[in-house]
Amino acid sequence: MAVALILVLIAAGSVAFHLVSPWWWTPIASNWGYIDSTIIITFWITGAVFVAIVLFTAYCVYRFRHQPGRQAHYEPESKRLEMWLTIVTGVGVAAMLTPGLFVWGQFITVPEDATDIEILGQQWQWSFRLPGPDGQLGLTDTRLVSPDNPLGLSREDPKAQDDVIVEGGELRLPVGKPIKALLRSVDVIHNFYVPEMRAKMDLVPGQVSYIWFTPTRTGTFEILCAELCGVGHSHMRGTVVVQEQSDYQAWLQDQQARSFARLAPAAQ
Amino acid sequence: MVDVPFGHVGTAPESDVGDVELYHPHSWVTKYVFSQDAKIIAIQYSITALAVGLIALILSWLMRLQLGFPGVFSFIDANAYYQLITMHGMMMVVYVLTALFLGGFGNYLIPLMIGARDMVFPYVNMLSFWTYLLAVLILVASFFAPGGPSGAGWTLYPPQAILSGTPGGQDWGIILMLVSLMVFIIGFTMGGLNYVVTVLQARARGMTLMRMPLTVWGIFTASFMALLAFPALFVGAVMMLFDRALGTSFFMPSIVEMGQVLERSGGSPLLFQHLFWFFGHPEVYIVALPAFGIVSDLISTHARRNIFGYRMMVWALLAIGALSFVVWAHHMYVSGMNPYFGFFFATTTLIIAIPTAIKVYNWILTLWRGDIHLNVPMLFALAFIVTFVNGGLTGLFLGNVVVDVPLSDTMFVVAHFHMVMGVAPILVIFGAIYHWYPKMTGRMLNDALGKLHFWVTFLGSYAIFFPMHYLGLMGVPRRYHEIGDMAFVPASAHTLNAFISVVALIVGAAQLIFVFNLVWSLRSGRPAGGNPWRATTLEWQTPETPPPHGNWGKQMPVVYRWAYDYSVPGAAEDFLPQNQPSAHPAPGTSHG
Repeated sequence: MAVALILVLIAAGSVAFHLVSPWWWTPIASNWGYIDSTIIITFWITGAVFVAIVLFTAYCVYRFRHQPGRQAHYEPESKRLEMWLTIVTGVGVAAMLTPGLFVWGQFITVPEDATDIEILGQQWQWSFRLPGPDGQLGLTDTRLVSPDNPLGLSREDPKAQDDVIVEGGELRLPVGKPIKALLRSVDVIHNFYVPEMRAKMDLVPGQVSYIWFTPTRTGTFEILCAELCGVGHSHMRGTVVVQEQSDYQAWLQDQQARSFARLAPAAQ
Repeated sequence: MVDVPFGHVGTAPESDVGDVELYHPHSWVTKYVFSQDAKIIAIQYSITALAVGLIALILSWLMRLQLGFPGVFSFIDANAYYQLITMHGMMMVVYVLTALFLGGFGNYLIPLMIGARDMVFPYVNMLSFWTYLLAVLILVASFFAPGGPSGAGWTLYPPQAILSGTPGGQDWGIILMLVSLMVFIIGFTMGGLNYVVTVLQARARGMTLMRMPLTVWGIFTASFMALLAFPALFVGAVMMLFDRALGTSFFMPSIVEMGQVLERSGGSPLLFQHLFWFFGHPEVYIVALPAFGIVSDLISTHARRNIFGYRMMVWALLAIGALSFVVWAHHMYVSGMNPYFGFFFATTTLIIAIPTAIKVYNWILTLWRGDIHLNVPMLFALAFIVTFVNGGLTGLFLGNVVVDVPLSDTMFVVAHFHMVMGVAPILVIFGAIYHWYPKMTGRMLNDALGKLHFWVTFLGSYAIFFPMHYLGLMGVPRRYHEIGDMAFVPASAHTLNAFISVVALIVGAAQLIFVFNLVWSLRSGRPAGGNPWRATTLEWQTPETPPPHGNWGKQMPVVYRWAYDYSVPGAAEDFLPQNQPSAHPAPGTSHG
């Protein structure tokens, strides 16, 4: 009796916790509302299954608890019941997988008009590179990394010469424009994670990975490293500042002026 | 409706080979230390694994102290914290759970449950344990090595695992870790071959595969999988050891270490992840399948009811085992691998939910119309159902590729895998120890202490890991030495972290009740008799308890029925042992 009651309380308590606890996802700031919707669908289906199974177990524990004279029912199997349960489970799984794959298809298909930016991780800081007036990012090579070339830009590549380099961990983005972030690391694996953007992808040395999103509201959001990258892992923070288009353009022009000034000696 | 002859009693076939002469020990040392008896080896494996488990538990206390009360314990700095999580994870997954289920329960139960005198290769079996012990000693030695143990996280991802920014990366830590894993795998391979060949070759007359208890099916399938999965980890470890010690570049592309460009190029960090998870995902089921098997037998025995849908249970086990080899990259959705893999791996991962769900249905349908005895093993089995269903369902979030994006690498993942492959299998281990301890020692474990241990462990574990999911949903990343200031994390989340830590300390302390019970009952427990649970399977039918070397005395058992003849209509008792030919034994016939 007590056992059955505790099982019921676990099911009820879990649902209550889900509904009233103050811990929930951050208000979204990107176009990935579909991800949140898929999570909600998954919560409903899995929540219903969890409650049903725990309550059924509690009922069995109460109803079929040992009492003098009780004998269990001998029934090795029931093909009909097992088949129905399999079909119902398959339908439930499909109801989660279908929207999941559909949204994943969008997640990995970058829109044509997305702006390329580069996000570079190194122990334990974030740097960013934006295309200059030519609209293209230049070549890089990890072997070129040195104190005066921390991102390893190729100075021979003309496309690299106007690139805007942002150090100090603050990335600015214009609101409402799709961004394709090219992710690169020069040392170990890092992970670019902005909870409000629902964006997360590893930066792997030796290759370039990518992620795309469209910021949908202005504000300042934290960048966290989400892949263990050594003792400084939890201090590898940055910020994304999403601005109105006009503010962003003003900032970008200022940066371009500074970048050219900085690169000038090397171009001689 | 019954359309298969489950209760059908056939005649047992003649044995193909005669009884074999066992090696007989001549001294105390060969009997209890360098023993070739699977039951002694099982106890050696179990005690070693439980000891490692206690170490890993203490490590988890320390990391919870840091997470719950950051800054209070100054000796837990970032180095120490990452070493704690790494050693806790690796110890628990490989050196505790794998060793306990396969080396411990496998050794004890396979020969007894299939009616064999011992494993088919007793000498190799002995070597398996001593190799395992060596692996444990190498791993533990890294605590005392210069630089301490590796702090690379239990997944050991290169390049960071072998670079200087990670504890143990350029010291001894990672080397001892990799060597220990290789030694472990060698030891496991010797044991695993034994378990598989014994099940295939040494079953008693009449013990067809489809009459085997699900415990044996679970351990057999898991052993077979481990023989296929561990080699991937082995080669990964060899390659990383070469990268670390010989300067090769299997996993090292052109790379910068602390501002210096290293003389490495061409390697692939992702290659290691593929090798690791090709092992690592089956590993989840290597732990889970024995737990599935054991819990099936606990539920059936203590509900006095045949396991529901036995054949489906066997096929589901095999299907899960096979599918688990084609889902590994669901650990890598945000790893930077080709994103089109996501479609394939999400589909296979969610398909695996179907046979897993069938198993859950059949467990609860076994309770339905049963005669449920709520003794300690059954309580643990019920708790397993709750925690496994909870952890399995959150797997549907993480397996569904796009849902994984916000949740991956957060505390949601930590909560999920602790619930599904930490708490749930360990609850089965406890249930199984309460269940089989009487056979191993001849005495019952104390019931009141068992129930106290159960309630604190079950409710406490649930209170630890259920709320933790919501920290991850909020975005709190895992493997953070300190959360520090995160704008999106409210103060209440820090309170929740402190609460989780306090409960973790309590649950950890409650394990002392269990240890005390194990020791105290050895001398003072109630005498158990041969078959205290009135169970059908062969291990309860041995002529002596605890079973002596050779298990069966002069007469080998002959099997006439499946393992689940509980409450057969018309039978005199509510259980019919597998070696009982007739449902209506003559009065006075003993079941052993």
